[in-house]
Amino acid sequence: MTVDDRTLEQVAMSRDEYALLVARLDREPTEVELGMAGALWSEHCGYKHSRPLFHHFPTTGPYVLTKIGEENAGAIDLGDGWIAVFKMESHNHPSALEPYQGAATGVGGILRDIFAMGMRPVALLDSLRFGLLDDAHQRYLFRNVVAGIGGYGNCVGVPTVGGEVQFDRAYSGNPLVNAMCVGVGRREHLLSAAARGPGNPLLLVGADTGRDGIHGATFASVELDEGSGERRPAVQVGNPFLEKLLMEACVELAEQHRDWIEGLQDLGAAGLTSSAVESAHRAGTGIEIDVAKVPRRERGMTPYDVMLSESQERMLVIPKREHLDDVVALFRRWELHADVVGVVTDDGMATVRDGDAVVARVPVAVLAEAPQYPLQGRRPERLDRLHGENLGALPDLDAARANAALLELLGCENIASRRWIWRQYDHQVGNHTVVRPGGDAAVLALGGGTRRGIALATDGNGRLVWLDPRVGAQIAVAEAARNVVATGATPVALTDCLNFGNPEKPEVAYELEQAIIGLSEAARALGTPVVSGNASLYNETPQGAVLPTPAVGMLGVLEDVERHLTPALRAGDAVVLLGASPAQPAESLAGSEYLARAHGRVAGRPRLDLELEARVQRLVLEAHARALLAAAHDCSDGGLAVTLAECCLAGGTGFEAAAGLELGARLDAALFGEAQSRFLVGVCEPAALAALLALARDAAVPATLLGRAGGARLRLGPLDAALDAMREACEGGLERALAG
Amino acid sequence: MPALRVAIVVFPGTWSDRDCGYALGRLGVATRRVWHREAAPFARDELVVLPGGFSYGDYLRCGAVARFSPVMEAVRAHAGAGGLVIGICNGFQILCEAGLLPGVLMRNDSLQFRCQDVLLVAAQHDSPFTRGIARGRVLRMPISHGEGNYYADEATLDRLEDAGRVAFRYVAAGAGAGAGAGAGAGAATAEANPNGSLRNIAGIVNERGNVLGMMPHPERACEPLLGGEDGNAIWQSVLASVGVSA
Repeated sequence: MTVDDRTLEQVAMSRDEYALLVARLDREPTEVELGMAGALWSEHCGYKHSRPLFHHFPTTGPYVLTKIGEENAGAIDLGDGWIAVFKMESHNHPSALEPYQGAATGVGGILRDIFAMGMRPVALLDSLRFGLLDDAHQRYLFRNVVAGIGGYGNCVGVPTVGGEVQFDRAYSGNPLVNAMCVGVGRREHLLSAAARGPGNPLLLVGADTGRDGIHGATFASVELDEGSGERRPAVQVGNPFLEKLLMEACVELAEQHRDWIEGLQDLGAAGLTSSAVESAHRAGTGIEIDVAKVPRRERGMTPYDVMLSESQERMLVIPKREHLDDVVALFRRWELHADVVGVVTDDGMATVRDGDAVVARVPVAVLAEAPQYPLQGRRPERLDRLHGENLGALPDLDAARANAALLELLGCENIASRRWIWRQYDHQVGNHTVVRPGGDAAVLALGGGTRRGIALATDGNGRLVWLDPRVGAQIAVAEAARNVVATGATPVALTDCLNFGNPEKPEVAYELEQAIIGLSEAARALGTPVVSGNASLYNETPQGAVLPTPAVGMLGVLEDVERHLTPALRAGDAVVLLGASPAQPAESLAGSEYLARAHGRVAGRPRLDLELEARVQRLVLEAHARALLAAAHDCSDGGLAVTLAECCLAGGTGFEAAAGLELGARLDAALFGEAQSRFLVGVCEPAALAALLALARDAAVPATLLGRAGGARLRLGPLDAALDAMREACEGGLERALAG
Repeated sequence: MPALRVAIVVFPGTWSDRDCGYALGRLGVATRRVWHREAAPFARDELVVLPGGFSYGDYLRCGAVARFSPVMEAVRAHAGAGGLVIGICNGFQILCEAGLLPGVLMRNDSLQFRCQDVLLVAAQHDSPFTRGIARGRVLRMPISHGEGNYYADEATLDRLEDAGRVAFRYVAAGAGAGAGAGAGAGAATAEANPNGSLRNIAGIVNERGNVLGMMPHPERACEPLLGGEDGNAIWQSVLASVGVSA
């Protein structure tokens, strides 16, 4: 074999993979062919370590129109002819090197996935992870990632309505930046990314092609190291203005001229190569591209550069031959140039020419079907040790310190108000946003004459997955669904982004496999199939892997968006805890924020009863359908006391515990334990309270009357905190952390 | 009674055009969209809306490129003939860049983009945009901008104040009565003023009172479901001034 190690390293291909490629081709590949195969066989494009596990996912359900893997994003039926398409994707490695542009182009990429399907993007969410903010570099990354998300989304005019952020040292060298986008439209406007109809032209629209981002897909598929800074040229620069024009033109094409085109596909990782090859693979056709016809941004680009460039803001359109001129004219009107760069063929080959010279000619299937590697997992030894820790042996919280502990938790970077973030994002443009950021989930009205709405949330607690990959991933799904349920919406489907370390390491492989199994179990139990997603592996630095973090994006449906719930309690509301009672054993502190802060440890064994979870969620939806609830909030990070404080702050009211409320033997577990499957709800009338308690009894869900909202202080057991003090702690927490 | 006609100008990068159409549609007002390359004159009785967005990406300076668009000649002629023009957010920036309104919108003093609700009062009541707004009425509506920090030299600010051309001011909760009385109206706290605008200015009108520029987004505060409908007060004032009841 003639290829040298350096060339293989550039395309992140192993010698064995090279040998496989030679065998499949029955000859040595050309330089361009090798580059194309390397990109498409990268983990980022080819999912070679994660795809063998995807069979676990539940993928079908009554609302699912487009299943995972069929198109760029999953499509869901919302009723009345409306559909939503949504997906979440990672941009971790680019953001580690160049946080502003890395995050910005992550937003740009996920937007294109959505409008490639003909739907108008109506919402963006972001799931972010950084190291602790006591480190100046983490503050730099955090500030610039937030600025980059805002810079792109605000300019393009799609609101950023939600998401979450968590901070842990394990993310210090490798932050996670996952962006989710949701598009909405009419079912008849849904487009496919298939290159159908041999003889139809391939039209490249949008930005000129430059050398930026070459090997970006490869870079996303290796570990970060000291030399990664040199990969900065693999990070692209975004132009949201151009994206806005592309978006308007593509949505117009779908809404008004659906019959002009066969397919529409974005150019993302591996640029023209993946875009053309994947759309041909989808349609069972071939493609022929002439790189000489691709408009360039710079001189001297080789066919290799053109095929692998990841220049942003480009789309591949497959118009019907007879409508080519119409389509080009439409893009021109939006001040975009559109150039025919190739043609759909019927030979199943991906052919690349440079004028008269053929520089690559490979079967589409060879490129599109990356080798797959069954994972060789080994259960990490830490699990037994962590599960075996006796949390009951830890000293309990001193009642005299209860107030201070609550204020400290409310102000800590993992719990404090996220206002500092979302006030930098336009979260309203489009006039759909009914519940703004800051609650459990964002709620959007679809408009267009329907009363329907959607609720959106992201979740994924890496600590819990680290403690128990299977149960932690179940919890990620359960909590995302709970967030949606807390608005009164029925969760119907999810997207995920699997952020893990190097899957070639047995312990990471175990985590990945167990997490996918757990995620699938919860998705099945809660009736929320996986309709789209992305795997981001190799999130490692020489200091180790990130916490295993499956981020889950959940979509729920409201039949009448006016009838939604928020966490805001009103004075006079009876406050009820649905799910496990306040009296909890020390084990409920497993993986909790309190345990991390008060005792400096992440330990214990997280627990989830999926059947109870499903019953509790159904109960809340049933109670809401009967108009029994005035407020609802997922009881999670920071436990009961923090959840109650958040409800009080949202509603501007205090709380008085019922006389004789039993908090059990462990004060810390009662106040700050993070037992799963719990909601805190407000009920406004005595009759509603009686009806709720009866419903709970019938559903075999524990329900505890905690007390009543009112006054200007939160009083629960030894807690007696002023609303103003809680507000100051919570609202200023992030700014204080950022002050360093 | 003639219906109000509204033309919404769309520059490349405009994103509040659809929201403006939605808000006006709710009031029963039909709108037409005008692409920035169209230079045809507006009808004499049309309200021309320059909506929010990032025209041309605003990579140079907000509104600095848009002012050269062909449509701006028509806007200038329309304003010169006494036709009504309202510039919202990026539209306000474009009107300043085009010289149809004095002053500039600088980077927010926080150096960050801000999307949040603000409180406003009308600081004058003799333009078509404000005539129908009750004195002292506090309006809640959102802002969404990175460059809304109104700046003009002292002499210009004094001239604006003296001529009653400050249309809207940011005020703190609880402010209201006597809000037309100058810089002291409504406490000028950091909380009330989201961007550092001099004299708490959120919007101004030209000398004739037929051109309004404002940073807040009335088209977003158009129904209770979206958090309030105070923005309708401005559209309704225009409707009343041209003799149409909404």
